Amino acid sequence: MSADKYEVIIIGGGPSGLAAAYKLAQAGVEVVLVERGDYCGSKNLSGGVFYTRVLDQLIPGFWEEAPVERYITNYVTTLMDKEDYFNLDYKGQALSKAPYNAFSVLRAKFDRWLAEKAEDAGVMLANGIKVEKVLKEGNKVTGIVAGDEEMLADVVIAADGINSFIAQEAGLRGPIKLEHLAVGAKALIELPRETIEERFRLTGNEGTAYAMLGEASHGVAGGAFLYTNLDSLSIGVVLRLDDLVKAGVKPAEVLDDLLEHPMVAPLVKDGKMVEYGAHLTAEGGLHMVPQQLVADGFIMVGDAAGFTINSGLVIRGMDLAVGSGIAAAEAIIEAKEKNDFSAASLNSYKRRLDESFVMKDLKTYAKAPIFMENDRLYKSYSKLANDIFGKVYNHDLTPKELLLKTALKALKENNLSIFDLARDGFKGVRAL
Amino acid sequence: MIKLSIPEKLALNKFEVNEGNPHIIIDNTKCQSCQPKSCLTVCPAELYSEQNGEIIVEWAGCLECGTCRAVCPQGAISWEYPAGGFGIIYRQG
Repeated sequence: MSADKYEVIIIGGGPSGLAAAYKLAQAGVEVVLVERGDYCGSKNLSGGVFYTRVLDQLIPGFWEEAPVERYITNYVTTLMDKEDYFNLDYKGQALSKAPYNAFSVLRAKFDRWLAEKAEDAGVMLANGIKVEKVLKEGNKVTGIVAGDEEMLADVVIAADGINSFIAQEAGLRGPIKLEHLAVGAKALIELPRETIEERFRLTGNEGTAYAMLGEASHGVAGGAFLYTNLDSLSIGVVLRLDDLVKAGVKPAEVLDDLLEHPMVAPLVKDGKMVEYGAHLTAEGGLHMVPQQLVADGFIMVGDAAGFTINSGLVIRGMDLAVGSGIAAAEAIIEAKEKNDFSAASLNSYKRRLDESFVMKDLKTYAKAPIFMENDRLYKSYSKLANDIFGKVYNHDLTPKELLLKTALKALKENNLSIFDLARDGFKGVRAL
Repeated sequence: MIKLSIPEKLALNKFEVNEGNPHIIIDNTKCQSCQPKSCLTVCPAELYSEQNGEIIVEWAGCLECGTCRAVCPQGAISWEYPAGGFGIIYRQG
C-alpha cells in the first residue's frame, strides 16, 4: 500500500493552521489541512476579541467580506464585588476607523469563512477526519495517521490547539502545568441589535469588551468577559485550573451567578441563551512555550505552541496564532527552496517569530503570568476598590474622613497593608 | 433572563453522538484513593458524578475542553477527542 504524499499537512483548522495554509497555498505549495470537526470552526470557541491587524496583512480588507461581528471601540474593566462594582470605561474614536484594531468574532462562523478563503487559494480541506498520530522515521516526522490511512508530507504542522495531543506525541511538549491553564465557560445570548446598541451606547457596528475581575469569577484566579456581537452577547468566566480545583466551585454556577449580578443582569435582560460552550486557554505566556518549536519535518503553531498573552486588561491568542501561522509558512517556503526540511532548516521559523510581534510581545509580557499568580488580585482588590468608593459616596451623617484615611481604613478591613498595595502596584506596572 | 439548568444549557447545543464509542474512559481503581475528586466539580458540563462509589461520566454531552484530563491527579481519565465528525458541533463558537 502506498500512502499519498503531499508537501505540507496541517493538523487543525483554527486561525494558526488556516493562516499557514492560506500563505502556503498562495506561494504555490501543495497543502492538505485535516480538521476533525464537520467544518473548520465547529470545534472552536473563544471569548472572543480578535486583534486583527495581522490578518489584514494576510488578507487586506478582510472585514469587508469576513463574518466579523463588531469592531471594538469601548473597553470596560470591572472590579466586581458581590453586589457592587467599579468600572474603568474607555472609548477611543481611532478604534472605529479602518483597518480597525479588533473585532468580536464567533469562531464557528469566522473560522469557517477563513477555511473557505484558504480553499479558494488552493488548500485541500479534509474535514471530519481526526489525526491519531504522526508518522516518524527516527526523529523525523514523515506524515500522519488518520483512521486506517497514512498520509506522507515533507512537513507536518501541528495546529491542533491547546490540548495538542500531536505536539505531545511528537515529544515536543510535556503535560501542561495546571497554573498555566484556565477553563472558559461561555454562554451566547441573543438580543435584538437595537437593544444591544442602546444598552451599550454603541453607534452602528461599534462594540464593547468588558474584562471583569473579583467576584465575577467568585474570587478564583482568572476573571470574566462580556463582548458585544451584532445581535448577541458573548459572556463567560475564565478560571485558572489550579485555583478552580482549590476553590471547588463549578464553572457553570459561577457563570449563572455572573448573569444575575446587578451589573450584568440589566445588560442581558430578556436575552435568550442559544449556545453554551467551554474551552481551555493558556495562561502561562512565554513560560509555557516549549524550548523547541520545530523538529525534522515538524512545526508547532498557535495554541499548540502555547502562544497566548494575558496582560490583565487584554487577552490575546488569535492574533498570535495568525502571526505564528504566517511565520511557519514563510519558513517552509524557504526550506522548500533549499529542499531541506530538517529541524535546522525549519528553525528559521523561530527567527521569524523572534523578529515579529509574536515573540516580542510574549517577551514583553513574560513577567505577567507570575504577577498574576498573586491571589490578592482576584480575592482582595475588587472588594477594596468598592469599599473605598462606597465610603466616598456614602453620606450617612457620620463625620466624613479624607480620602487617604478612608483608603487606609479600607485596606485594614480587607487585611491588606499599604506595603502589599505598593509592592503589587510596582510589580504590576513593571509586568503588565 | 431565565436561568437554565445544565441539561437545559447542553440541550441548546448540537451534538453528533458516536453511540457505543465513549471518548472518555475512567479507570475507577485509581479513583478509590483520590481525595479531591475534582472531576466532580471542574467539568463545565457537569458530566461527572459518583454512583455506588464509582465515578461515571455522561460523555455524550462533552464540550471537549479537556479540563477533566488536565486536573485528574491520578491519571485515571483517559480522554481523547471523539472520532472525526463526532461530538460537539459549535454553530456560534
